[in-house]
Amino acid sequence: MENEALLNAQATVLAGQAIGAGLAMIAGIGPGIGEGYAVGKAIETIGRQPEIKGTATSTMFIGCAVAETTGIYGLFVALMLLFANPFLKFLG
Amino acid sequence: MDINVRGPSYIELFGGIKLSASVVIGWIIIVAAFFFCRWLTKDLKKVPDTKRQAIAEMLVNFMNNLVDENMGAGMRVYSPYLATIFVFALIGALVSLLGIRSMTVDINVTATWAVMSFVLITYNKIDANGFKGYLKGLASPAILTPFNILSEIATPVSMALRMFGNMAGGMIITTMLYAALGLASSAIYNLIGFNADTYYFSFLQVGIPAVLSIYFDLFSGVIQSYVFIMLTMAYIKNGRECKKPLYYYNMILEVQTNGK
Repeated sequence: MENEALLNAQATVLAGQAIGAGLAMIAGIGPGIGEGYAVGKAIETIGRQPEIKGTATSTMFIGCAVAETTGIYGLFVALMLLFANPFLKFLG
Repeated sequence: MDINVRGPSYIELFGGIKLSASVVIGWIIIVAAFFFCRWLTKDLKKVPDTKRQAIAEMLVNFMNNLVDENMGAGMRVYSPYLATIFVFALIGALVSLLGIRSMTVDINVTATWAVMSFVLITYNKIDANGFKGYLKGLASPAILTPFNILSEIATPVSMALRMFGNMAGGMIITTMLYAALGLASSAIYNLIGFNADTYYFSFLQVGIPAVLSIYFDLFSGVIQSYVFIMLTMAYIKNGRECKKPLYYYNMILEVQTNGK
C-alpha cells in the first residue's frame, strides 16, 4: 500500500517536472522576438551604410548572443527538470 | 535514444584512473595545437618566405587586431590568453563533427573557462581602481549593493551557461532528430513488408542530420567561441575604464623604445 502511494507521488512529481520543463521553454519567446528585432535593425543599418557591414554584423552577433542569455537560462531550467530530476529526492 | 547532459562519460585509464571524456579530448586538442603551432613557427625569418610563416603571422595578426579593435591600444598582453580560449573552444566544439561528444557540452569545461575569465576581469578591476575603489564600485549607490553583487556573480554564470546551453540544445535536437529518423525508417521498412529487425541500416539517417549539423555544430560552435572571447574583452575593458594603463605593457613599451 505504501509502495503504491510512493509510486503515485513519483508519477505526480515526474508529470510536474515535464509540465514545468515545457513552461520553462516559454522563455524562448523573448529572445526570439528580441533577436529578430536586432537583426532587422542591423540589416536596416547595412542597407543605409553598406561600408560598415563588418562592424554591424559582428556587433549584431554579440548582441544576439547576449540577448539569448535569458532563453538559455530557460533551457537550462528545462534541462535540469528533465534530466536531473531535482525534486524526486524530496520524496525520501 | 540516449541524451545525457549531466556530464560526459568516464574513461578508465591504466586500470583505475577515472578520466572524463572532456579531459581526454581536451588534452588531445592541447597536444595537437601545440605541435601544429611548433610546426607553424619553425625557423621564422624577418621576411617570410614560406607559406607556413605567412599563415602563422595571419593568425597572430587576426587576434592582435581583434584585441586592438575591442580593447583599445595597449592591451595586447591579453591576446595570447584570448587566442588560447578561442582555439580551445572552437576545436572543442568542432570535434562533434567527427562524431565525438563535443567538449563544450560539458558544463564543467565552460564553467572553468568562465571562472578563469572572471578572475581576469576582477583582477583588472582591482588593478585599475584599487581594492577600495573596487569595493566602492560595488557599493555605489548603497541601496543597490545586493544587485551589484548579484550582477557580479551573474557574469561567470551567464558566460558558462551561454556556451553550454547553446551546444547542449544543439546536441539534444540533433540526437532527437537521429532517433526520430531511425524510428521513421524502421516504420517504412515495416510498411513495405520487410522485417525491421533484420534491416538495421536506417537509410533516413544519412544526409538529413548533416544539414542541422552545419548550424548546430559549425555555426553555433564558431559563434559561441567568438562571443565568449568578445565578452571577455568587453568585460575587461569595462573593468579597466582607462583609469590606469597596464603596468607590464608599459614596461614592454619602455624596453622597445629603449631598444630603438
